[in-house]
Amino acid sequence: MHDAVARSGARPGARAEALAAYALAAPTFLLMWAMLLGPAVAVLLLSFTDWTMGDPEVPWHGLGNYLELWNDRVFWISLRNTLVYVGVSLPATVLLGLLAALLIEGAAFGRAWYRAAYFLPVASTLLAMALVWEFMLHPRVGFVNQVVGLFGVPRQDWLNNPDLALLALAAIGTWQNLGLAMVLFMAGLTAIPKDLYEALAMDGADGAWERFRRVTWPMLGPALVFVVAITCIRGFQVFDTVAVLTEGGPSKSTEVLLFTMVQNGFTFLRSAYGAAITVVFLAFTLLLTLAQTWLLERRTHYA
Amino acid sequence: MASLALHRISKRFGTTEVLRDVSLDVADGEFLAILGASGCGKSTLLRILAGLEGLNAGTVEIAGRDVTELPPKARNLAMVFQTYALYPHMTVAANIAVPLEMRRLSALARLPVIRALVPGARTTRQGIAAEVTRVADALGLAALLNRRPAQLSGGQRQRVALARAMVRQPAAFLMDEPLSNLDARLRAEAREEILGLQRRLGATVIYVTHDQAEAMAMADRVAVMRAGRVVQVAPPRVLYEQPDSLEVARFVGQPPMNALPATVDGDGALVVAGARLPFRTPAAGALMLGVRPEALAVADHGIPARVVRVEYGGADAILHVEVAGASGALARLDPGASLAPDATVRLLPRRAILFDADGTRLPLHAAERETAHA
Repeated sequence: MHDAVARSGARPGARAEALAAYALAAPTFLLMWAMLLGPAVAVLLLSFTDWTMGDPEVPWHGLGNYLELWNDRVFWISLRNTLVYVGVSLPATVLLGLLAALLIEGAAFGRAWYRAAYFLPVASTLLAMALVWEFMLHPRVGFVNQVVGLFGVPRQDWLNNPDLALLALAAIGTWQNLGLAMVLFMAGLTAIPKDLYEALAMDGADGAWERFRRVTWPMLGPALVFVVAITCIRGFQVFDTVAVLTEGGPSKSTEVLLFTMVQNGFTFLRSAYGAAITVVFLAFTLLLTLAQTWLLERRTHYA
Repeated sequence: MASLALHRISKRFGTTEVLRDVSLDVADGEFLAILGASGCGKSTLLRILAGLEGLNAGTVEIAGRDVTELPPKARNLAMVFQTYALYPHMTVAANIAVPLEMRRLSALARLPVIRALVPGARTTRQGIAAEVTRVADALGLAALLNRRPAQLSGGQRQRVALARAMVRQPAAFLMDEPLSNLDARLRAEAREEILGLQRRLGATVIYVTHDQAEAMAMADRVAVMRAGRVVQVAPPRVLYEQPDSLEVARFVGQPPMNALPATVDGDGALVVAGARLPFRTPAAGALMLGVRPEALAVADHGIPARVVRVEYGGADAILHVEVAGASGALARLDPGASLAPDATVRLLPRRAILFDADGTRLPLHAAERETAHA
């Protein structure tokens, strides 16, 4: 970069050209820092302080918040719950999303209708939908209990049972994100060249399984990595269902990272402590994004 | 290898008729080119033969067996696609191995983990690997076996597609414009390579192309298609010298054949632009005389023409002229020819083909002894 500038320095007008380039890039650059990177850096700095909301002074606290986190039982429960939530909802969302995409892609008619239907939960506010779910999961009149009852399973109080509440939330999360995964997979499916299937047919394969294994699945690589990353990140972001349906309970069984963060940062006014939790959350997100980028570059772009 | 036959094939996409009553026979070991402009239905015909496309009427036979209702797999044909259609996530070796794996390994033995448990699969796989190496050697791909398609040049990809088609013994090879994505030099090389392979294997080849030079140079016979119909099937020489119709005559040959309006005088001699030519015909009325550019020579008598320009081409020169006020007539001359624009010359056809007003070929006799006078 510097070499290029130095070499082109010999050319008349090169300096003006470089200045113009920086001037034109400046607004975007400034906005990017102000809107995207700035807040993240602010949160990081805040996590090293002992500041509380409204405090005129910002006392330096070093790694104090992180040490406290390390010894905070609730934080570890919250982290574990978040990982369980992601661990359950991620494979379910990816598998069901892929299945839905394949079925809709293969449908003879009504594709647009099915696509819209599956996408509805993504487009609607989960807050409003949570009301419906609360009703569905109601221990006495809920639809879910009526259905499982048909299979001889006894009634459950889904949202008030410490063993079931987190799984119920993961199921709602899956229900919501499935449509997004489906849409992304469908975009991936349409990008697969048709002649690959034809070549495979000429090569002697005619079964659906062979077509899926030899062409569809490998060619969906980029879409798959993207779906996994985005579902993972959305899983880490789980908050609204917890806040509306369980408030972290019963007995912390649905306490998740963002809920803990919001409670500390906004309810208990421990802004700096909340910032430290946010940093942990951001670290996971960043790690996922990096892994996704690396995988996309390395493994799944064949052409 | 086997013979192929298409019998009275019709195909519609919605209300558009793409193929109308097409019949075609290909002998065992024959190289047949299907030549036509884009959109004439030639690729659709090939895909119907392959079983990739259904048909509305007609039958497809391979080696005398009716395969009309059979899926591609059961037809045992190999196809080279215009885009090559290589599996981008597999190495060259894996790409070439797919047709053998599909046919020789059971469904169970093809599964990733379970295959280790299937008896005999190991031996079969070794056999497949040996054949992949053999074919790769024959096509000069030995050094590339572990690469992915994205790491190959266009010419190399084309050879991999060829290798994948050749690795088993198919009843016939179907090729859909296999050279159209290569540059001119590679195309010439690949042409030789495909021809060499075809001769060596004694293979039946159906070769779809829009490039008439390719069709003429490679094929034993050429089927010319226009608007969903096969208009003539003949060896290249017959196609060029005795086209059935003006349509075929104008389509085959570069630069294209001249079509000059002609009449017949009282003696049965042909007259073009007022000039009596040394040809006789029993026909009468408004006719079209087809003259190849290389069959026209500048002479002291013949068709009067006004020079528009001379296009120097190295090995020859193309003379553009106006005949009876209509431009677009061409004559192929020696590269040394120099004629001033607007000069009037006389062009004498050495050979010609006569068509009626509908473009159907009519008999024409040379009348050498009767000297024509303008």
